[in-house]
Amino acid sequence: MKRYRLTHYLLLLSALVAQNASAFCGFFVAQADTKLFNEASKVVIVRDDNRTVLTMVNDYQGDLKEFAMVVPVPTILQEEQIHVTANEIIDHLDRYTAPRLVEYHDPDPCRVIRPTARFLAADSAAMPKAAAGPAINDNLGVTVEAEYQVGEYDILILSAEESDGLEKWLNMHNYKIPPGASKVLGSYIKQDMKFFVAKVNLDEQAKNGDKFLNPLQVAFESNKFMLPVRLGTLNANGPQELFIFCITRKGRVEPTNYRSIKLPSNMDIPVFVKKDFPTFYKAMFDHQVSKAQMKAVFTEYAWDMAWCDPCADDPLTSKELRELGVFWIDENTTRRGRGPQAQNAFVTRMHARYTAETFPEDLQFQVTSDRSNFQGRYVMRHIWKGKVDCKAGKNYVESLPARFEKEAQNLTDLTGWDIADIRKKMNLPADGAKPQDKAWWKKIWN
Amino acid sequence: MRIKDPRYFQIGALGLLLSYGLFSFSFGMPSLMAFISLTSCLLTQIIFTHLMKLPKLDLRSPLISGLSLCLLLRTNDWWIAALAGMIAIGSKFLIRRDDAHVFNPTNVGIVALLLCTDRAWISPGQWGSGVLIAMLFACAGILVITRASRSDVTIAFIGFFVALIFARAWYLGDPWAIPQRQLQSGALLLFAFFMISDPKTTPRSRAGRIVFAGLVATVGVTLQFNWIHPINYGVFYALAICSLAVPLINRWLPGPIYEWHKPNPKPRNPDETLPPDSLPASA
Repeated sequence: MKRYRLTHYLLLLSALVAQNASAFCGFFVAQADTKLFNEASKVVIVRDDNRTVLTMVNDYQGDLKEFAMVVPVPTILQEEQIHVTANEIIDHLDRYTAPRLVEYHDPDPCRVIRPTARFLAADSAAMPKAAAGPAINDNLGVTVEAEYQVGEYDILILSAEESDGLEKWLNMHNYKIPPGASKVLGSYIKQDMKFFVAKVNLDEQAKNGDKFLNPLQVAFESNKFMLPVRLGTLNANGPQELFIFCITRKGRVEPTNYRSIKLPSNMDIPVFVKKDFPTFYKAMFDHQVSKAQMKAVFTEYAWDMAWCDPCADDPLTSKELRELGVFWIDENTTRRGRGPQAQNAFVTRMHARYTAETFPEDLQFQVTSDRSNFQGRYVMRHIWKGKVDCKAGKNYVESLPARFEKEAQNLTDLTGWDIADIRKKMNLPADGAKPQDKAWWKKIWN
Repeated sequence: MRIKDPRYFQIGALGLLLSYGLFSFSFGMPSLMAFISLTSCLLTQIIFTHLMKLPKLDLRSPLISGLSLCLLLRTNDWWIAALAGMIAIGSKFLIRRDDAHVFNPTNVGIVALLLCTDRAWISPGQWGSGVLIAMLFACAGILVITRASRSDVTIAFIGFFVALIFARAWYLGDPWAIPQRQLQSGALLLFAFFMISDPKTTPRSRAGRIVFAGLVATVGVTLQFNWIHPINYGVFYALAICSLAVPLINRWLPGPIYEWHKPNPKPRNPDETLPPDSLPASA
């Protein structure tokens, strides 16, 4: 008897463990990354107190001779404060934080065992260029505070007395300044900001043979936790796509001067989405953006970098984090397996699409002490296809049409896709009619 | 029957807003924290009413404080939510001068936790523009319906604040869209209509209140919108700082103490004929 009871407890325990596992864990199947979105900019901001490391990723694909970027910065940067890193690390961060599709298989309804889970992730899409534009020169109240060559970039740090002079100077030095830039530059000048100007050094670029430009990094101290986006909107063709990855010691980062919305998450969607999860992610983002009238910043991921569940990719290593500028982490910390590790780095992934009209002001952020985890996660449940020869099984089969209809409606809510098309793809009744409820008495004895 | 006490309308408006916050997906407000803040405010009021042997327990003001706290302060720690309520209501009984409390309870609760702990924050970005417009109408509606005698401080504050941020944009050469954007803040609306307007902690004379509103707006805009060391939620700190100057303003521009209930139904100028009130009660 005792032995029986022990077995009984063990079974119960394993059922609980399995349930937990199905709620959190799974296998990686797919992800939707930032490369889906054309002309998207990616920025990684590492921030602790007033120390900031900003990594800017260029997916610039035009003639490198034409490439130039002008970024307002709060201080004159020394050469050691500027660095060039590899795209791979940002790609890794992108995959790790990407919205994901989780896949579950319904169990045999006639056996009391919990379902197991598999999962798919959707990685993110392409980032926009940082403000492209200007070049160098003269005696127009513009001072070249410093001149460096870092990686494949020629970099100038400029300060200016007035915007007209700076605009003329930039034009004289072949930086193509978009119309309307003068006013924006003027505002930055009055706020005592300097200008970080980068061009590609073609010789260096040829030497290292990279096809793509490497991300530029700057480290500085500033009481302002902001991201200048105004210059970037001036020469944009249509809306700008921006991904912001923030890494802090304390917790989640959120915008303080724009609406902050968490991407709808943890919803059951039809299984056919698996075939093209990236399209789903893109359509969903389009729909959510238009619902918010392009006036919001969406949080897509907020997680302690020590772990993930399910993992769209491994968490970044200490070395990668150091490279991104997470200065409080010891590079020698080694990660053991895929399990949790004490990284003390909290990552927030935000995604915004905007125009000069909807985001007239530079983005400002705050670090909150919120360490609760959030991820863009979508659930797909495969039905049990085996034999069903019990009462529970019959109930299960009867419950399916309502579940499919709910999944179809979820998908419409998320993406704005036509419900009729979705029903057609799922072979559901076109009118969305639910099966008639069984008469109540049939449930008593049958 | 006309409801004279504006607090009923305030409770209604804040309650509706909080219900929306709790049930709307995008708001992301933990209901447990809201419950704890509210309960903490009410309990603190009950305890102090007993301790100080006050003749009557009045839960309207702590309810407004609690609802405002729920709407503004974010935390993931239950004890921070509880502490917020205790500090807010406790300050009403403990930090007093000239027969009135010095700080607006909600304001002091928020400022104390932001300054002294690392576990609380305000989410100014949680409100959509639709909610903001609805809120603005509701707030303005309350002012009109109740003809609250202290609406002058709200109107003056909004006037000064708008003038200052538009002046800033003009100086920087920024498009007007920027100050317009800066005004679209739910936290700012709650601040202007429910916090700075607190009749118990604002100066007693109209002139004094307008001076006070100007002071809060100037300090607030300076803290929040300077470009050397901007501080988030500058107006909240500004109100706490400027509240310390209220006794001085009262000395300079004296006036009668405010009472929620007006005992004389038809005074020609109610503000001038009211007896001093010793019961602490306010948002």
